[in-house]
Amino acid sequence: MRTSHCSHNLGAAQFRSHVAISRERAGCGGRGKGVFLSCSSLWHGRLPHSSEAAADTSRLPGRSAWLCWVHHSALSAVICAPQLSKALITHPKHIPVGAPSHRVWSAGGLRSSCELHRTAPSPVRTPRVGGGQRCGVSRPPRIAGMVLKVFFPSCCSSAESGILIGRWIPEQSSAVVLAVVHFPFIPVQVKQYLREVQQVAKVSVSVLGSWNNSKQEKEESLSEFLEDLGTIFSHEPWIQISKEGDSKFWNCSTLQKQSDSHREEEIILVYYDQRKVMLSHLHPPLDTADLGAEDASKLSAIFNTVASSKVLFMTDRYDDGPIKMTHWQSDGVEASIIVELMKQASVPACMLLTFLLSLVSGVCNSRLLKFWPLSFLWSKLSTCEQLGHRLQHLQVISSSKKAQNQTQLMRKANIFVSLLIDVALGILLMSWLYRKNQIGHLADTLIPVADHVAEELQDLLQWLMGAPAGLKMNRALDQVLGRFFLYHIHLWISYIHLMSPFIEMILWYVGLSACLGLTVALCILSDIIALLTFHIYCFYVYGARLYCLKIYGLSSLWRLFRGKKWNVLRQRVDSCSYDLDQLFIGTLLFTILLFLLPTTALYYLVFTLLRLLVVIVQGLIHLLVDLIDSLPLYSVILRFCRSYRLAAGVKFRVLEQQDGKPLRLLMQINPLSYGSVVQTYRLPTYSCYPKDSWTSLCKKLFLGELIYPWKHKGEKQD
Amino acid sequence: MEERRYRSASGAPLALRCRQHSASCRELAVRCPRLQLRSLSAVTSAVWLAAYGLFVLCQNSMVLSAAIFLTLIGLIIYLHFVKIDQESLLVIGSLGIQVTSSYASGKESTTFIEMSQVKDVVINEAIHMQKVIYYLCILLQDPQDPQGVSEVVPLFQSSKPRLDCLIEVYKSCHEILDQTKTASQSDGVK
Repeated sequence: MRTSHCSHNLGAAQFRSHVAISRERAGCGGRGKGVFLSCSSLWHGRLPHSSEAAADTSRLPGRSAWLCWVHHSALSAVICAPQLSKALITHPKHIPVGAPSHRVWSAGGLRSSCELHRTAPSPVRTPRVGGGQRCGVSRPPRIAGMVLKVFFPSCCSSAESGILIGRWIPEQSSAVVLAVVHFPFIPVQVKQYLREVQQVAKVSVSVLGSWNNSKQEKEESLSEFLEDLGTIFSHEPWIQISKEGDSKFWNCSTLQKQSDSHREEEIILVYYDQRKVMLSHLHPPLDTADLGAEDASKLSAIFNTVASSKVLFMTDRYDDGPIKMTHWQSDGVEASIIVELMKQASVPACMLLTFLLSLVSGVCNSRLLKFWPLSFLWSKLSTCEQLGHRLQHLQVISSSKKAQNQTQLMRKANIFVSLLIDVALGILLMSWLYRKNQIGHLADTLIPVADHVAEELQDLLQWLMGAPAGLKMNRALDQVLGRFFLYHIHLWISYIHLMSPFIEMILWYVGLSACLGLTVALCILSDIIALLTFHIYCFYVYGARLYCLKIYGLSSLWRLFRGKKWNVLRQRVDSCSYDLDQLFIGTLLFTILLFLLPTTALYYLVFTLLRLLVVIVQGLIHLLVDLIDSLPLYSVILRFCRSYRLAAGVKFRVLEQQDGKPLRLLMQINPLSYGSVVQTYRLPTYSCYPKDSWTSLCKKLFLGELIYPWKHKGEKQD
Repeated sequence: MEERRYRSASGAPLALRCRQHSASCRELAVRCPRLQLRSLSAVTSAVWLAAYGLFVLCQNSMVLSAAIFLTLIGLIIYLHFVKIDQESLLVIGSLGIQVTSSYASGKESTTFIEMSQVKDVVINEAIHMQKVIYYLCILLQDPQDPQGVSEVVPLFQSSKPRLDCLIEVYKSCHEILDQTKTASQSDGVK
């Protein structure tokens, strides 16, 4: 049993009221939460000990609140439901000492006390004539007006009676209910609390109306009383929702004080799941700073309202504040220990990581590694690119700045999960490699494979030197080219054999780097393939250069043959008169080149095809690396497990209707499709494909220009 | 709630169901013909006969199990991604228009368009394969240009009802849309 006292010192008034509020935690099951309220009012400054003691043991029947009035200025009245009048009449011993019962506690006194209240300085819109009349205006003929939409959280459907607080959006004529404040409450405190919430959340929260959840039959006095509340919290329009027993169909009405509008509005009641709407993010994301109602769509306004009111949902029913509310967290604020621990642990981990990364980047950027051969090597190896890319990612994660908005947060999370999966797969690969001496097997098979490739190439060259595919080649040129390439292969094989004792050790140490991630391991594989097929690359370059030279020579001599010349200054073809001996030599050379063309073209074709094969294999590996780099795994998993967090929009479902009652809709979150998730949250990578379109690629191949199938961002073109 | 029979552009029978939930909320649903048993058995037997023919040729029993597997997977993919059972339009005045397609496997794909984005609902003509058909579409407002149309959202794309059905839907929609537009205009004037 806990007791809290609030005593109000009324300066001008002569009375001091002492209100003792005690309550018991929920342990009394069912609906009655057992709120004990004892009220003793003090006249002329006496402390009523006896009544307090009597109040502690009391327990009110039925409803858990009652009305008590202190006869002074309206500001510090404690407002509860008017059940007290009945309760106190049946339990006369609870009447406080010295309170003039005729003035306050009689049932009829409820009406008179309302009038007494109204003579206080708070502004009064319309004078009340008596019970049962609405605004003093008779019902006008129905003119279709803007429909009033009330967004009601489904968690408050079974809440006790109280007042509704939320945000009123006048441009869309919709009211977003955020919570229900229960009796008893002091209006001043409620207003002050709402002002505080408004300051923190930057959302205009106000009292929207009243909520009446009566378990028994409809009570006329209660509903009248709730209407009167509209005068204390002046809000236009004052929404009144009432629910009887367990009925699904609620009554919803509005009170318009400005009687010049004269119209009856249709009301739509939309239920929404508060927790899901609060946690979800609408895509495409709108700028939250721009909350102008004309620009912002209705839905984003509602989502923003609920999401910004987090501070409102922080108070649950175990708090000792003066205001008791019901919202989605009112049964107890949820928090996960693991998440809190991780948050605490992440700060020193980030600092350590930043320190390590600064060390590593310092070493990388040092002068030692920038000498010409080394820098050329680093730029050619794709492993270094990948390592640099991952370093950048680590820097993003370990930065101490908090993520500003949703996109940045998702980006960080995606990078983190991607790194984790990468390292996990890499360690898996490593465990497979180092088990049962796989490295030794690999190294043993490597040399025979290289030998085999060299032998195949030699066979190919022998075939080319003969009569390949029935074509007759120029014998001399054929022999020259063939022998040149054969000698090259011989050199290569000797080099491989020289390296063979060290292969296993090199592979062992290089395999250790797989622990940095599967992407690094794949990049190393791609680099090893490039190194092993270096001779094919060399052959391609020789063949391409020779062929290119031949083609240019041929085109220039063809122009000479026709009597034209290429004007370098004007970049066009001009006619030119040649001397006879120039023409003679030119035609001779042209003929020679033309008849040697098939041989060169064949060599070029064969080596280009081989080179393209290697390029395709390397390209596939790089594609896989890019896939692992850029896939937003965290977003995909989030879409799978908590699909309401990534919302493409909403969907409405029409619930059971009843004539005369407002339209009931259920608003659910429509999740984003997997394709849009991947597209929105894709991580940027360092390579861009394709560099050339198909036509320019074919043109380059025909002319013999060297092709570099992939280009890295920031690299100068050759 | 009434249900009326119409035909689709290709002659298949359709059913239009119109439900009025309240003065400003109406639901119009077009139900497509269900999956026919005879077409399903025809396709299945064709695939299995072809697989049996292959099996006789190459004597590999993997062909048969592959055919069974393929048929099952194909049927599941067809029911879940291709065959639409019902397309419905839910018009809620002053909230928006919701377009739902429900597939034969029970999956529902929904799009909700807010009333502020809706410019108009019109019937348009289109050339589809070798014929000219009518279709109902929602015109979306261009936020920059008040007179312009930023997007056209076609409705009832898989059932393709004929003009008489479309006129019914069009009239129903416009009753509610016109209500909303006059209400918002009168509010704007105030």
